[in-house]
Amino acid sequence: MTPTSTARSLPGSGEERRHLIVAIVNNKPGVLNRVASLMRARNFNIESLAVSVTERSDTSRMTLTIVGDEVHVEQAAKQLYKLIDVLKVQDVTDESIVEHEFALIKVRATKRTRPEIVSVAEMHRSKVVDLGDEAVIVEAVGEPAEIDTLVELLREFGIKELVRTGSVVMSRGSGSIEEQVKR
Amino acid sequence: MTQAGHVPGAGTPAASAAERARRDMLRDARVTARDGVRPRIGADALCEAILLQGSDTIWGYPGGVILPLYDVLVDHPELRHILVRHEQAASHAADGYARASGNVGVCLGTSGPGATNLVTGIGTAMLDSVPVVVITGNVPNALIGKDAFQEIDITGITLPMTKHNYLVRSADEIPHVIAEAFHLARSGRPGPVHVDITKDALMGETKATHPSTAEIESGLPGYKPKLDGHPRQIKLLAEAIAGAKRPVILAGHGVLIAGAERELLELARTAHIPITWTLLGIGVIDETDPLAYGYMGMHGWKHVNRAIQSADLLIGIGMRFDDRVTGNVRTYAPKAKIVHIDIDPAEIGKNVVADLPIVGDAKHVLDALLPLVTKVDPATRADYFAELAAWRTESEGSSWHGSGGFRDGVLSADFVVDRIAAGSNFDANLTADVGQNQMWVARYGGFRRANSHLSSGGLGTMGFALPAAMGAAVAVPEKVSWAIAGDGGFQMTLQELATIVQERIPVKIALMDNKKLGMIRQWQEIVYGGNYHSEQLAGPDYLKLCEAYGLPAWKVSKPEEVDAAVAAALAADGPALIWFEIAERQNVYPMMPAGKGLSDLIDKWGDDGEDVTEGATGPRVDPMDPTSGGAK
Ligand SMILES: Cc1ncc(C[n+]2csc(CCOP(=O)(O)OP(=O)(O)O)c2C)c(N)n1
Ligand SMILES: [Mg+2]
Repeated sequence: MTPTSTARSLPGSGEERRHLIVAIVNNKPGVLNRVASLMRARNFNIESLAVSVTERSDTSRMTLTIVGDEVHVEQAAKQLYKLIDVLKVQDVTDESIVEHEFALIKVRATKRTRPEIVSVAEMHRSKVVDLGDEAVIVEAVGEPAEIDTLVELLREFGIKELVRTGSVVMSRGSGSIEEQVKR
Repeated sequence: MTQAGHVPGAGTPAASAAERARRDMLRDARVTARDGVRPRIGADALCEAILLQGSDTIWGYPGGVILPLYDVLVDHPELRHILVRHEQAASHAADGYARASGNVGVCLGTSGPGATNLVTGIGTAMLDSVPVVVITGNVPNALIGKDAFQEIDITGITLPMTKHNYLVRSADEIPHVIAEAFHLARSGRPGPVHVDITKDALMGETKATHPSTAEIESGLPGYKPKLDGHPRQIKLLAEAIAGAKRPVILAGHGVLIAGAERELLELARTAHIPITWTLLGIGVIDETDPLAYGYMGMHGWKHVNRAIQSADLLIGIGMRFDDRVTGNVRTYAPKAKIVHIDIDPAEIGKNVVADLPIVGDAKHVLDALLPLVTKVDPATRADYFAELAAWRTESEGSSWHGSGGFRDGVLSADFVVDRIAAGSNFDANLTADVGQNQMWVARYGGFRRANSHLSSGGLGTMGFALPAAMGAAVAVPEKVSWAIAGDGGFQMTLQELATIVQERIPVKIALMDNKKLGMIRQWQEIVYGGNYHSEQLAGPDYLKLCEAYGLPAWKVSKPEEVDAAVAAALAADGPALIWFEIAERQNVYPMMPAGKGLSDLIDKWGDDGEDVTEGATGPRVDPMDPTSGGAK
């Protein structure tokens, strides 16, 4: 135990940054609502949220990005744990992970700019999945920063529509968060 | 002292005996009237499931979609249904039932308005971690989401204020869901669980059997309350205690929920540590015990807050360092290391930074801690305890306690609370309402027993006292159940007078009538510079009111009438009310203004250190009353 200074410090006055939280939850109706409602009620701001079923059809996996300091985010994780349908919560921000996001970007195109767009896409590990007379759709997969860069470059041509899934993550190596769920 | 109204019936001890006998009789009458005559439907499964969980009382109110349940209640005579006059009261009664007995309370309402009326009581139970199972009916499956008559998304409403909730659409789910609801309500950190059941589910035939506790637990992989504290942390706590010079124990509701009063006392005795308590921690220790130091916080005792501010070690057990307890966290207990023991990991580090966190059930943690605690010779803490004693004498001396009631014939609230408690041999269950009356009960109730103090701490729900005291009276018939309410709170749920008369529930009501929203008036006086608004409260003639409802009542406006009225109310058959016309402008002191710290308590307001009230110094200037001498 450390001695306390005269003015007691408040919980959560540390450095704010983006945190990646993975939650394994029961795959039941209403669970997403419970998570969203809790985050709203407790004043946590979700930057992105990706949900899908896991290897087991009875569980889903949520990946949340939240901005806050350590204590704030730890509190969010603990509150999530209190939901009966939440089986496992882990802050993976500082772990060795693969973090990827998927995006579809509809870019304004003309005969003249089309080849240029295609080459920009190809240089960024992405591809053109639809070629129209006036627009093309670029599909991108990668780290959010890579997608940011691509979006910046494509902005020059004019973006008509943009959809991003938000990050999904997986730890490198043989570890599995799903296998850690105690049943 | 005047008396009006009277309802014949059994006296209090007789009423309890009759209540017990009635229960025993019903328990023997297990065979249902229509057994085998008609098919078993979801509503039957619901009644069976509630009884199997050891609950025998439902507080409820019928309505369209819940009628299938009322249609079978007659076939489950062991289940007592008490018809309230407003669903809010049903939820508070179930809550009071649970707080007084430790068993799960059950309440019931129909869809739509019945369900929304339950909401205040659900929130009240949630913030105070009270195990309640709330059952509502809902429209038939096919009408869900169609804005049907009396359809409201009630599970959407209760989601953030329950420990968990369910929407049940089929009769086959009922046994499992109800068993799970009870399990969740009472285990870990308790709380309300809401089960919304469609009319189809209530009416559908079912052969579903009731699950065992093991089956319930294995079906909840995401729910594993952590009972045992980490051994390393517990060892560190033992070391911290051995090294402390000025330790203070802060005991909360978690100690009572865990039933760890004995372990707490043993810890205090072994290491010679004073015990202080939160509002909901009242009753963790007999207040006459030499190690019982007092009630903390915004309206707590000055000596208690002083001890906390000067402590070098705070041991918080089953409490959550709520803002009413700490005031401004920055100036809270500046010299103390904070140990925080709580079953809910999310409480740790939420309001204060804990130097030593221990997640676990209070009883489990204390059991593991006790063998490691070094015995402390009281002599080594003689100086500390002498200082604590001096502070206590000073702070109790500056309080109204024991003197206010006799000051020039003024009937002061603290005196009334003291006489009610003493007149009931300090053995009654006292249920407070919210406002000044609540703080007077907390400070002057003289509690000696666990779970004998009921109060809406977290939500601060006016109107709580009467219905919750009703719940306590039914749950623990062998103890007298007092409802001590302000005139404001009493007028919020007084319709339940009809319930206690009809059902002969022997609640004794102490109406603390200052003809004001007293706590509002106090804040407007102290915080808003005397800019009074909407604090004057007209009320009916309560003697006539009681006469109309048919319960005996007395009106008391002088200190010397108090004891006789309390005795008469206690001797009365069944429910009774005493209308105490207390001093109209008495404040609760000390007081910690919002945003201030525990060291900034206001003790008496005004330059001369006198309270703004009638009494020794005569009527004071009232800024709202032109005849009293103008603005302050
Ligand atoms: C349902 C509800 N509404 C409003 C409040 C705010 N409030 C807190 S204390 C109080 C005044 C209570 O007056 P009364 O019941 O007469 O008790 P007193 O303070 O006079 O003892 C009010 C309005 C509340 N706590 N609950
Ligand atoms: Mg009042």
